[in-house]
Amino acid sequence: MSPAKILGTLLLLFAAIPCFSAEIAPAERRSGYADMSRETRAMEDDDSANPGMLSVLDGEALWNQKAGAANRSCADCHGDATQTMKGVAARYPAFDAARGRPVDLEGQINICRSERQKAAPLRFESPELLALSAYVARQSRGTPISPATDARLAPFTAAGGDFFTLRQGQLNLSCAQCHDDNWGKRLAGNIVPQGHPTGYPLYRLEWQSLGSLQRRLRTCISGMRAEVPEYGSPEYVNLELFLMQRARGMAMESPAVRP
Amino acid sequence: MARTLINVPPKAKRGEVIEIKTLISHVMETGYRRNEVGAMVPRDIINTFVCTYNGEEVFRAGLYPAIAANPFFSFFAVATESGKFEFKWTDDEGNVETASAEITVE
Repeated sequence: MSPAKILGTLLLLFAAIPCFSAEIAPAERRSGYADMSRETRAMEDDDSANPGMLSVLDGEALWNQKAGAANRSCADCHGDATQTMKGVAARYPAFDAARGRPVDLEGQINICRSERQKAAPLRFESPELLALSAYVARQSRGTPISPATDARLAPFTAAGGDFFTLRQGQLNLSCAQCHDDNWGKRLAGNIVPQGHPTGYPLYRLEWQSLGSLQRRLRTCISGMRAEVPEYGSPEYVNLELFLMQRARGMAMESPAVRP
Repeated sequence: MARTLINVPPKAKRGEVIEIKTLISHVMETGYRRNEVGAMVPRDIINTFVCTYNGEEVFRAGLYPAIAANPFFSFFAVATESGKFEFKWTDDEGNVETASAEITVE
């Protein structure tokens, strides 16, 4: 074999090795919705079949209910959520200047509760917090994800990106190894999704309830057999910032249904 | 209080077959699970669902512990006259939830 042929074969070999840990091209991005069965898609599409809508109804009632020592409801400040909350979930997490850090939607709801309503913050994954965040996120359905362009968020988004590519846990895995490099393949019986946070809070048939993005992230992290940060930890908000940046332009589906 | 979502077409032609969809929030606790201290969690499921059309029963279902939380029903009826569909869910603790929807038949 001539040196030129050997070189040619080597080049071909290298070309055949897939490029690892590359960001998914915008045209190739897909929501987990695309990989669902026809029946599960029908469930998400029909508001009278989507169990997440039951929580949206609860959220609407909570929105208008007075709470706390201030005896104020969300509506007393924010008015009609169908108008004022349109697109809000699509641009969270946002930078909170008073705290000097980003807050996610659930965090903002609890800040409002403790500072404006003078009420006890709602517990993570409590039906009330899920209902309120589902009601607010519902107002962004169909809106493209458009992360805040606040420059103060940059270091936090970068930290989220570092977390995404950090190999961790007993399995020594990073988020990127599944969701950038191996999406579309199967992990046991399930299709590995690209991991875009388009539909949170969402109803998982496996959970038989609505759950937040943090709950979903915890499931992944414990699946990697890594140390799972507590609910409300900055790691989750950073990661959410990064994921929203990664999914920018994709349509919101909240409350989505997943298998 | 349980939340319900009802989907009945508001209008139909006489004799038309219509699809009715109902969803209700309920934990559907199977009675086979244990809590953190090992005690059995008592069964609490919706055990009966009934739909009446102008007072006449048109659909009834018995539910069992293998049915998931927030049960969803889809079934069909023939639109014969204008009136009311009424829905009733009963659970193991004796709680009854009702809902209704009007239909105009032309």
